[in-house]
Amino acid sequence: MQQLLTTVLTGLTLGVIYAAFALALVLIWRATRIVNFAQAPMAMITTYIALVLIDAGYSYWLGFVAALLSGLVLGAVVERFVVRFVSGKSEVNAVILTLGLFIVLHALAAIIFGSRYRSFPAPFGLRGFQVGDTTIALTGFGVFTILAVGVVMVGLVLLFRGTDLGLRMRASAFNQEVSRLLGVKVGRMLTLGWALAALVGSLSGLLIAGGGLVHPSYMDGVVVYGFVAAVLGGLDSPVGAVVGGVLLGLSLSLVSGYVGSELVPLAALVILMVVLLLKPGGLFASVRERRV
Amino acid sequence: MVRRHLLLALGALVVVVLVLENTSQFRNAQFGAMAYYAIAAGGLTVLTGLNGQLSLGHGALMAVGAYTTALMLQSREDSLPLPVILALAIVVTLVVGALVGVAAARLHGPYLAGATLALAVAVPGIPLFFGEWLGGEQGLNVRLPEIPVWLADAAYFVTGQELTQIRFLAYLGWLAAIVVFVLLANLSRSRIGRNWQAVRDDEVAAELAGINLGRARVQAFVVSAGCAGLAGGLLALSARLAAPSGFTLTLSLLLLSAVVLGGLGSLVGALVGAALLTFLPQVVTGAGTDLGLTDVQAAQLAPLIYGLVTVLVVLLAPAGLAGGLRKLINWRRSS
Repeated sequence: MQQLLTTVLTGLTLGVIYAAFALALVLIWRATRIVNFAQAPMAMITTYIALVLIDAGYSYWLGFVAALLSGLVLGAVVERFVVRFVSGKSEVNAVILTLGLFIVLHALAAIIFGSRYRSFPAPFGLRGFQVGDTTIALTGFGVFTILAVGVVMVGLVLLFRGTDLGLRMRASAFNQEVSRLLGVKVGRMLTLGWALAALVGSLSGLLIAGGGLVHPSYMDGVVVYGFVAAVLGGLDSPVGAVVGGVLLGLSLSLVSGYVGSELVPLAALVILMVVLLLKPGGLFASVRERRV
Repeated sequence: MVRRHLLLALGALVVVVLVLENTSQFRNAQFGAMAYYAIAAGGLTVLTGLNGQLSLGHGALMAVGAYTTALMLQSREDSLPLPVILALAIVVTLVVGALVGVAAARLHGPYLAGATLALAVAVPGIPLFFGEWLGGEQGLNVRLPEIPVWLADAAYFVTGQELTQIRFLAYLGWLAAIVVFVLLANLSRSRIGRNWQAVRDDEVAAELAGINLGRARVQAFVVSAGCAGLAGGLLALSARLAAPSGFTLTLSLLLLSAVVLGGLGSLVGALVGAALLTFLPQVVTGAGTDLGLTDVQAAQLAPLIYGLVTVLVVLLAPAGLAGGLRKLINWRRSS
């Protein structure tokens, strides 16, 4: 019972982070029909920026904000100066492009920040709360993780549902031609969409790193989990991405706790294949049929 | 066409003998590495270029071939002959490739990329989980069998030089590479290869023409997996080791970038890409240390260049370096 509770709580915390990462993938997919595999190294770079600031003696929160802002800038730059040129062309080329970026960012990070493991601080306690005389696996940082992702999600919902800007972004993601005719600056909206997505990705990078070790490929697994979570939720639906992320976090945590942590990526692969072959539309697809 | 391919293969064989006999041990080892990269890249370029399926999981398929080879070379005495072992490595990878291919045939574009990415990340965990059997983090050591006496004698008789283990492996690799390239070249010009291209270019038209889409995709994936298995087996022989750290996501991504650099779908391009994968790191790392970078930093310059060139090729010259060169030559001729 104790172990099950531990597994579930760990899974919940991880799942929330996967949900954030999946959300970043879904935002970009909706806007440009590209799965941004370079999201992982982008989040890795911004986490390193935070780490450099923190190691230089600044507070955790300054590093945190700097990472999110640099994510925003990096996302915008990548969309405007690289991805813009393949949008609407062959989808194989777009995927290869994001993978090229993946390799570039990886190598750059290793050159600039070094490839050894560096520990990343956490702003809150990493020891479980005491309930009576048992320690449960929910840490202060875990609560912060859940709250931070929650705040970002509420913020995104407010942006997309409640503001004029959000409406214009949704319009350009839905139909570029019509939006352009109606006077929406579609290009600018796409850049903004990538920037926001990269910000959410950076957040997940920071949360994964907190209290753990950082090195150039520490996000490689997360991009797979984020993708599986996004597909689980339909790749088109932000709500689906969040539910998919939490479900995946819980299942992977069960595998890790009861089978072995080495097989976690394999379990993710199996879940992905089962979803794609049995229910290709995911759990929350807005369209009924999806070509996978 | 078939005859032309055979003639080219014969020419290639002569070049291989001349090059390997007249270069140092170190270069021999590098050429050996180029041979297995070329085989893997050749298989991948047929899959991605001719059939339009993107695989980020070829590093994982190479791992299957490498581990099969290593498992069969655990003791020096009673091992099977190397060609048999490599054939078994191909067969095992074919089976795995068929399983992946059946699933992959129903996916396209980003979905296929994501699924094969998951494969590339998942496979290195398997030897860690079955540590007792597959050697865990340290991996499995490969005990190379002795070169057969008759072969060593024959080689000495023809070339006048002792046949070293490294040179022997380089020959083995290139022999395999030449056979694979002739088969792939013939295959892509055959009915099957044309079916693959038809599926890539227009699914609906291909289906109307009576092509079974699923079968064509699975065929392409299986052929490509077989190449990856052979390449993995040769890699295990050259490295004398099969370990999870040799088959990271980076390997899969570099293979893909090699194929893109050379030009998707072009076997010559696959050779160019394999040559870049083998020889560029040394050149660039040397230049990097001269510029005052540490060894660790300089070692990352090569992937940085692969990545940058991949991005540039996709943006500027989708036909790859080989295709770009061909275009330039044609343009020169016509003007």
